[in-house]
Amino acid sequence: MRKPDKVYFFGTCLIDMAFPEAGMAAIRLIQKEGVEVIFPRQQSCCGQPAYNSGFMEEAAAVARKQIRVFERPYPIVVPSGSCAGMMKLHYPEMFAGTSMASAAHHFAERVFEWSSFLVRMLQVRYRDLGAPVKATWHSSCHAMREMGAVTDAKSLIGQFENVELVPLQREEECCGFGGTFSVKQPAISAAMVNDKIDDIVNTGASTVLAGDCGCLLNINGAMAHRGLAIEGKHLAEFIWERTDGNRT
Amino acid sequence: MATAPSFDFDGNVDRALADGQLRTNLRRAMDILVEKRRAVFDDTENLQALRSAGNAIKRRALSKLPQLLEKLEKNCEKNGIRVHWAEETQEANRIVLDIVRSHGVAEVVKGKSMVSEEMHLNRYLADHDVEALETDLGEFIIQLNGETPSHIIVPAIHKNKDEVADIFHEKIPDTPYTEDVEALTAIARKVLRKRFAAAKVGVSGVNFAVAETGTLLLVENEGNGRMCTTAPDVHVAVMGLEKVVEKLSDVPPLLRLLTGSATGQLITTYVNMITSPRKEAEKDGPKEVHLVILDNGRSRILADPELRQTLLCIRCGTCLNHCPVYLRIGGHAYGHVYPGPIGKILTPQMEGLDRAGVLALASSLCGACAEVCPVKIPIPSLIRRLRAESYAGGDKKAVPGGGCSRNLTETMIWKGWELVNLMPTANRLSLKAAGLLGGRAPKIGPLRKWTCTRTSPVFARESLHERTKKEGVKDE
Repeated sequence: MRKPDKVYFFGTCLIDMAFPEAGMAAIRLIQKEGVEVIFPRQQSCCGQPAYNSGFMEEAAAVARKQIRVFERPYPIVVPSGSCAGMMKLHYPEMFAGTSMASAAHHFAERVFEWSSFLVRMLQVRYRDLGAPVKATWHSSCHAMREMGAVTDAKSLIGQFENVELVPLQREEECCGFGGTFSVKQPAISAAMVNDKIDDIVNTGASTVLAGDCGCLLNINGAMAHRGLAIEGKHLAEFIWERTDGNRT
Repeated sequence: MATAPSFDFDGNVDRALADGQLRTNLRRAMDILVEKRRAVFDDTENLQALRSAGNAIKRRALSKLPQLLEKLEKNCEKNGIRVHWAEETQEANRIVLDIVRSHGVAEVVKGKSMVSEEMHLNRYLADHDVEALETDLGEFIIQLNGETPSHIIVPAIHKNKDEVADIFHEKIPDTPYTEDVEALTAIARKVLRKRFAAAKVGVSGVNFAVAETGTLLLVENEGNGRMCTTAPDVHVAVMGLEKVVEKLSDVPPLLRLLTGSATGQLITTYVNMITSPRKEAEKDGPKEVHLVILDNGRSRILADPELRQTLLCIRCGTCLNHCPVYLRIGGHAYGHVYPGPIGKILTPQMEGLDRAGVLALASSLCGACAEVCPVKIPIPSLIRRLRAESYAGGDKKAVPGGGCSRNLTETMIWKGWELVNLMPTANRLSLKAAGLLGGRAPKIGPLRKWTCTRTSPVFARESLHERTKKEGVKDE
């Protein structure tokens, strides 16, 4: 597939609400490669919260809405492996055997996880303008297992010569977010996120990077609760800061 | 083991999480099991091909299960193995007890079998004055201590060797305290040998039953399985009806998947293939072999094209070994025979969503289980399905206890969520409201649970919707 002139950007509800800076960074980094970004204002949530909670009809209604809103044949870039996985893998499952099946299939074909899109479609090259920093990386479950996007994200980090990437001992272990799991089973979720944070602390890194704001909401909230000064950041925001600097 | 009325999952979880020794034991053991599996399946392409083959073989078997079971019965009987059918566990228990009684004995030796746990066979036999002695080392340990298995493959995984040393010292008469693993094994061996020699009836499970040849296949590492199935005069095998496979040639890939996934072994120390009782002129082997085939809800699970994938399971336990939830709480917290990811989908279907549906909530849907499952059971999808079934309305109840979680509050919340995400105005207003709250949302309901471990989420004053508009990102 050749580099497109124009892409859709699906912001995700979490970025919309709590991490707009990460969303803007992800958009700018696409624009910087000479690709026009379209942000349909009618977009909302991918539907995963209801889908994972067993409210399938509500999830399907919201999913149908996104399929309608992103109707033109542009690639749909998603700065979250989890939401991308929902749209790419679960939409076709959800609508299999319904009148929406073909639309869901065509929609799913156009979905790209953001870091994979940058690496595979735009073949971005970065020069590191940032100060030396020690960072670590958390592999989000769905980015890794559903989208296979983790090697792309790490290859992006690898382009930054002033970034010392210290791996977590258990990089691939779930952080315990799991959407409603974190409030339906708060004790287990707490044990998981606290183990994740111990792992992060042990690396000595000052920044933990991830490609999913669900994990970041969880990890950052728990780190702040423990009074730690480590910063969890979406990869897009991290890259934007290190390549441009003149943030708005 | 405790079931419905006394099943307090949250209480179990809290107790398990507070047990530092348990968590250390589990982490250590899981690290070893995960690493051993990784080492034996180091060729990713081969593994994927093997998993696909395993999935196809089991799918094929399930697609013609009734015919295969009939064929298995016919061929077993032809070989001299007596076949018994049990719809419920009590019926299966009764069959085993009758066989034991017909030989006038008051004790049996047992190889490891999860189906016998499902039947609560030991308790049933004890209630009828028959002692069942577990002979698998792990099972032996926990039986001494009055516990049930906390893992399908490694039943005493929650214990470390010091704890085992204590148990042996306290429960086996005249046993000096020792932490030496070889000495501990020798102690168990000494106890068990005597019992094997005296046993008249041996009970075992079945890993695969081959319809084509009427063969029962049993894998193990300690030789206790072979002792149980050959030393006594009578061998009683119990199996769930999904254990049947069509052909002998189906076995090698499944065996490779089972042992590699379970313990990271290319093959187990013992692979027992039992095709008949002792024949004339043979000097050893049981004089009678019985096979008890148990349904216990499996036919009902089979009837649903999606949920039937639960029955693909070959009980390797690797989903437990890779599960971040099992790792924290251990097997006993699940309150039922089958713990971990497979337990989360199997138990609610067997026991009912009203009694065990909470298990399906204990998953972050991280997908680690599905990634390693040797027969590719889509466990997260089935967990999601069970969650949906617990809210299902109307008469369509695919699972017992379906619709048990329906409540007005959650229904309203998700209806509200749907509206906010369908109507741009409502969406804009909710983003605005969240932004005005910032990090000061009242800590009630879910947010109270969230903030036990984390600070409140801080909502942005300007949403991405607003930012993109302001910065001229085009709408189209």
